[in-house]
Amino acid sequence: MSNASRILPLELRAVTFETERHRLIKEMSFQLAAEGRTIILGSNGAGKSLLLRLCHGLIRPSQGEIIWQGAAGRDPKHFQAMVFQRPVMLRRSAAANIHFPLSIRGIPRSSRRHVIEEALRLVGLGRFSRTPAHLLSIGEQQRLALARAWALKPQILFLDEPTANLDPAATHVIEEVIAEMDRAGTKIVMTTHDLGQARRLADEIMFIHRGRLLEKAPAAAFFDCPQNDMARSFLRGELLWWQRRELTP
Amino acid sequence: MSDIGSAFATAFALIVQGDTHLGEIVLLSLQVSVGAVIIASVIGLPLGAAVAMFRFPGRSVIAVVLNALMGLPPVVVGLIVYLLLSRAGPFGTLGLLFTPTAMVIAQIVLVTPLIAALARQVIEDMWTEYEEQLRSFGTSTGRSLRVLLWDGRYSLLIVVLAGFGRAIAEVGAVMIVGGNIDHATRVMTTAIALEVSKGDIALALGLGIVLVALSIAVNGVAFVLRRTVAPGRAR
Repeated sequence: MSNASRILPLELRAVTFETERHRLIKEMSFQLAAEGRTIILGSNGAGKSLLLRLCHGLIRPSQGEIIWQGAAGRDPKHFQAMVFQRPVMLRRSAAANIHFPLSIRGIPRSSRRHVIEEALRLVGLGRFSRTPAHLLSIGEQQRLALARAWALKPQILFLDEPTANLDPAATHVIEEVIAEMDRAGTKIVMTTHDLGQARRLADEIMFIHRGRLLEKAPAAAFFDCPQNDMARSFLRGELLWWQRRELTP
Repeated sequence: MSDIGSAFATAFALIVQGDTHLGEIVLLSLQVSVGAVIIASVIGLPLGAAVAMFRFPGRSVIAVVLNALMGLPPVVVGLIVYLLLSRAGPFGTLGLLFTPTAMVIAQIVLVTPLIAALARQVIEDMWTEYEEQLRSFGTSTGRSLRVLLWDGRYSLLIVVLAGFGRAIAEVGAVMIVGGNIDHATRVMTTAIALEVSKGDIALALGLGIVLVALSIAVNGVAFVLRRTVAPGRAR
């Protein structure tokens, strides 16, 4: 994957997302580099999922711009993939679940079969190729969802709390595949509220709270000495309340 | 009680002897209703899916109207189609009134809203689940609609069967636009109505039994079909 053909870096300029009553993402500006694993940390309701959906283009910002700096006129959609918190399985076999997006993205017929086999093997689902996807366990479904994303060979992969409902064994497989994709040069952007997972995976941390980006730092620096007081509280495992003053008496 | 006893005897006799007149009536019933349901499905399923998927002004109005039309009285549908097809009506020159084609048209009008309304419900639930994932893949709208119809096929089969049930069982519409003409537009329900009015309760009941048996058979076939093609789902 040469740098010239990449749609990254991704830049957000003062992106705001609001519904009729609430501003849920507030004037976020940042840039995501073409490589590495960026983990978005924050408590429930901080806006992590919304931010991923904005970046992935599933929802439009109310204000601000989302710019794929390397897109060069190409449709950035075709170079991305996303894994959702609850895996969405098409009502067909595991193999057909991977085949579908391959055909959508125009992957040549001749290579699809090979890619599908490889993807299923990667997540340890080789023998379930013909099993209807909805009969798989939730952990197996999430592995299949990840295999499906992997098969698309995206330049950037968004993951929205992919292991939130999974047991440690399934979580381990997911994290292994994520690491594998990172090594292959795929940009990883993942949300989690699991600090242990963030420590295991992150190259870079973005800490968000109440729709604002409070800190964006290399993982080592963030975990050593977070600059933001809310982030410090979060790392100490304190509950984050809406009001800052209630936090630090 | 003797009526019921002789009714079963009559029905049994009619079926076993392979009565050609009965066969003719049953065949026409099936042709008309199956034809109508196929065409109504071709219109109603994508229509229901479209209402489920697209946000457009007046969408909820359409949903309400479709739900209301599910209960459309067959006689009223018959009357409207009759007026449209009669000599003085806009399609009078086609000469369709009192033909099986007219009966098919009436049943299409009757069944399409039912299929569309039920399909909308099925598809809407699936779309809620699928939408973001399909958009994430970059699936076009038309392709998404086909995916929903295909992935919802087992539930939609029940929807189509409900449509068939309504079509094969109704009397009012086919009576008015078909005219219940012997050897031409007589179907099971209109034949039953006629035999009752003539006082031949036994024959009417016999026909009724055939009708119910047919309905059970169609649903049974669908159930077995669903079970064999979808292991693990129909249980």
